[in-house]
Amino acid sequence: MTDGELAHKIQVAAFRRQSRQAARRQNQLVPENTVAGNALTIVIAIMSFLACLTLGAVTLVRDASRDWQQDVQREITIQVRPIDGTDIAAETATAAAVARDTPGVVGVEVLDERENARLLEPWLGTGLDLNDLPVPRLVVVRIADPSTVDLVELRDRLGQRVKGASIDDHRVWASRLQSMANATVFAGLAILGLVFLATILSVVFATRGAMATNSVVVSVLHLVGAEDGFIAREFQRHFLLLGLRGGLVGAAAAALIFAILGFLVIPTIAGSEGEQVSALFGHFAVGPIGYFGALGIAFLIAVMTALTSRLTVYRYLADED
Amino acid sequence: MVGLRDLATKTGGVSEASDLIRFENVGLRYGMGPEVVRDLTFDVARKSFQFLTGPSGAGKTTLIRLFFLALRPTRGLISVFGREVNGLAKSELFSLRRRIGVVFQDFRLLDHLTTFENVALPLRVLGREEASYRADVVELLRWVGLGDRVHALPPVLSGGEKQRAAIARALITRPEMLLADEPTGNVDPPLARRLMRLFVELNRLGTSVVIATHDINLMNQFDARRLVLEDGRLTIYD
Repeated sequence: MTDGELAHKIQVAAFRRQSRQAARRQNQLVPENTVAGNALTIVIAIMSFLACLTLGAVTLVRDASRDWQQDVQREITIQVRPIDGTDIAAETATAAAVARDTPGVVGVEVLDERENARLLEPWLGTGLDLNDLPVPRLVVVRIADPSTVDLVELRDRLGQRVKGASIDDHRVWASRLQSMANATVFAGLAILGLVFLATILSVVFATRGAMATNSVVVSVLHLVGAEDGFIAREFQRHFLLLGLRGGLVGAAAAALIFAILGFLVIPTIAGSEGEQVSALFGHFAVGPIGYFGALGIAFLIAVMTALTSRLTVYRYLADED
Repeated sequence: MVGLRDLATKTGGVSEASDLIRFENVGLRYGMGPEVVRDLTFDVARKSFQFLTGPSGAGKTTLIRLFFLALRPTRGLISVFGREVNGLAKSELFSLRRRIGVVFQDFRLLDHLTTFENVALPLRVLGREEASYRADVVELLRWVGLGDRVHALPPVLSGGEKQRAAIARALITRPEMLLADEPTGNVDPPLARRLMRLFVELNRLGTSVVIATHDINLMNQFDARRLVLEDGRLTIYD
């Protein structure tokens, strides 16, 4: 191969390489390295992670609260107090019969002496003879759907037929549980709002920084007749990709944490503590809403990032005029 | 040189159809400062060729910026392509600006884009697909002598090559008017003459050309109208 041929080959190769590089860089009027890319991606990933964790916690509490309320409302307790001159066993049996006759009731269980003694054991100790004490008897009534049972009517009939009977439908406890759960959900949503606000502000600062760094690009684009919308689209494209990347990384990390907690936390809490935890939080498993929500948050953050950058560009250009 | 006429006293007389740009008693001040240019009354006709000259700081660049609507006058009337500039909506302003090509002394090329991409920028801004203009851009680059620098980035171009790339960018949309601010300021005399021949050729093809320069020797080589700015006032030598 002569020197001339070699030089020609090198030239052709260089031209092809330049063409490929040029093709790769197409559509990048705003140079990628001038947008505070990595730092902002990390900030967005952290925000997305926190938002997803908050959403997971909110869904966990909401699901648990719904389960508690359903359990609590599906059970009412009839209490029969011993009154002198009455046979408490017969009164309790009548109360159970009245409950059984009530539409919507699916199960009635009279707690026997042994079960009553067990309930009182923490306070009164073992080996107790309940016949010596004026201890009320309890009838547990299970209902299928709380809305179909007329508790007022049941209370009236019990009042007529059973002496010393009263109904506890756990409504006070249920409403306290509900307000506690609602407060937790509200706090979670407030945290979500703050996280979104912090994300928006970070993007505003990053966009303004990128605009200032790229003031030459902006002025040249104006010079060749580019309208504000065109410039905004160029910046928005960067920030959409950046937001999507950060959002997905944060959401994936949060989903991983949910999965790890779901698999590992409960089995390690053995015995009664484990029972308490599962009574409070179910199986500590974030449901599909948590996972899909995390994905939704990732996309929401990406869209929010893009829109924020777009509006910031418009504001910046308006201020420049 | 045909003669001297102080256009500050001019009252009009050129038909609307032949005017690309018309200034009437235009003045401009920055903030509360003194007027940088004042009492400008003149027009730039279609297919005309003129030099804009004057000492440094006389207001040449300000006038160029007024021409392509980057500045609005603080008094007086400017009409561009028959449209009154005052009260023009921003979108209309951009569409008028696309009909004007501008070459700056500092080129204003984007360093991260190749020569091809820089020159194609005005077309991209118009929303055109690359396939539709690729051949035109390459042909124009060949015409200005940059056929072998299509994929080069501006930092590796010489001053003259950057200048020609900036000129090609100003011409790619076939503007009705070309404004060039000191287009020969950074190049040696032979290249300056070559660039000037390019502008003359463009003018012959129908583009109005305004060249801001303070190079008397260069102007003396061409018999063209001269707009002379001094202390913000304009004198015209037709």
